[in-house]
Amino acid sequence: MRIPCPYCGERDFSEFVYHGDPAARPDPAAPDAPRRFYEAVYLRDNPAGRHEELWYHAHGCRSWLRVTRDTRTHEIFGAAFASKGVA
Amino acid sequence: MRYSLLALARHALRGNRDWQPVWRDAEPRKHYDVIIVGGGGHGLATAYYLASRHGVRNVAVLEKGWIGSGNAGRNTTIIRSNYLLPGNEPFYEWSMKLWEGLEQDLNYNTMVSQRGVLNLYHSDAQRDAFARRGNAMRLAGADAEMLDADAVRRMLPLLDFDNARFPILGGLLQRRGGTARHDAVVWGYARGASDRGVDIIQNCEVTGFQRDGDRITGVETTRGAIGAGKVGLAVAGSSSRVAVLAGLRLPIESHVLQAFVSEAIKPFVDGVVTFGAGHFYISQSDKGGLVFGGDIDGYNSYAQRGNLPMVEDVCESGMALMPAIGRLRLLRSWGGLMDMSMDGSPIIDHTPLDGLYLNAGWCYGGFKATPASGWCFAHLLARDEPHPVAASYRLDRFETGHLIDEKGQGAQPNLH
Repeated sequence: MRIPCPYCGERDFSEFVYHGDPAARPDPAAPDAPRRFYEAVYLRDNPAGRHEELWYHAHGCRSWLRVTRDTRTHEIFGAAFASKGVA
Repeated sequence: MRYSLLALARHALRGNRDWQPVWRDAEPRKHYDVIIVGGGGHGLATAYYLASRHGVRNVAVLEKGWIGSGNAGRNTTIIRSNYLLPGNEPFYEWSMKLWEGLEQDLNYNTMVSQRGVLNLYHSDAQRDAFARRGNAMRLAGADAEMLDADAVRRMLPLLDFDNARFPILGGLLQRRGGTARHDAVVWGYARGASDRGVDIIQNCEVTGFQRDGDRITGVETTRGAIGAGKVGLAVAGSSSRVAVLAGLRLPIESHVLQAFVSEAIKPFVDGVVTFGAGHFYISQSDKGGLVFGGDIDGYNSYAQRGNLPMVEDVCESGMALMPAIGRLRLLRSWGGLMDMSMDGSPIIDHTPLDGLYLNAGWCYGGFKATPASGWCFAHLLARDEPHPVAASYRLDRFETGHLIDEKGQGAQPNLH
């Protein structure tokens, strides 16, 4: 499996650390914050197919990437810097 | 028909021509009291204990492929009850006790072999942690022995004891642990369930749920709709995929775990041995192949096959522990889908939907749990209350904070 890092180019996945589900941190001041934190921390989309996930390029540019991958075939549809849109 | 020495001799004299099928391959009926989704070890054990211990016999087990084709056939067949936490240890010890009586109960040779499980330690801190775990095991009625390096050396002379980085200082031994024959476990439970009237229905994939408001009243399948009083899910590896059909999101990720078997060699490892400085466990099958595995690959996967870097990682751990296996060739490797829960412990509980029950989250410890998982899930389905040894395996524990995090990794399923 090779991940196309936007900074370093296509690299073997063993250079990366997997973080998985890119759930955004909920607003701690929201009235239902405990419930939202529970959902963000513990409940995961776990599809057989196209999956959005975070990978950290630990042995490369040390960027966080948002990668779209098929969990059945490991085909990778794209990778982008995660810093926008992810809290 | 009961298996016995007499029956064996009688069939042998008749040329073994009139053996009957071990279990019935049934056609689906319109309605059952209980439907179990998933014809693996856990699902079939649940059906068996429902029929044999609770008198619930109008039961169907639905399997999308053939029984035992999922994780029941993709494990390393290890059985043990060497857990630390009070939520876990009594459950796994109950499982161990059921393993010890399983062949007599099922009248089927499941090849339970109590050849011992030895966890090696390589530092003072690890020795202390293992001593604590051994004490927790003994408090829960299990057996545990601390061995020093000399005692381990007498058992397993070919390990790399004086490794500069990971010297072997001793081990925590559970003599009652060992291995069992995975296919025989599946067929033994299937036979016991089928004999008591349970319908085992293969090639029957659940594609949706029938519901009446918040109550589940049956399932849609590739072989038509089937009504049910209660539906139990025992589809670890695919729990999220089936639960989402009922609109549920679970605290589970599916990951792939690889396992390997080498070419057959003469007796070399007589029990199960685990390497404490990496993640590596090994035993030797009765045919002589070394059966071993390590960590999960570490990313969500439904591929049932793994990647090469993990093959290298597992083999490196093996070489660090026992360099003598370096010339061995790998015969086969395979991958299974692990229901990795958010604290590394399973779930046996009601769901928020009436009539739908969940047995999931077995991470990569499902095989050893097969008897107790079936026992406790059957108890829950029959009586609508949790079995005492599985009472901690609640679905809502992640929300209430009552985690059972044996490894202390937090909500990082790929680290459990």
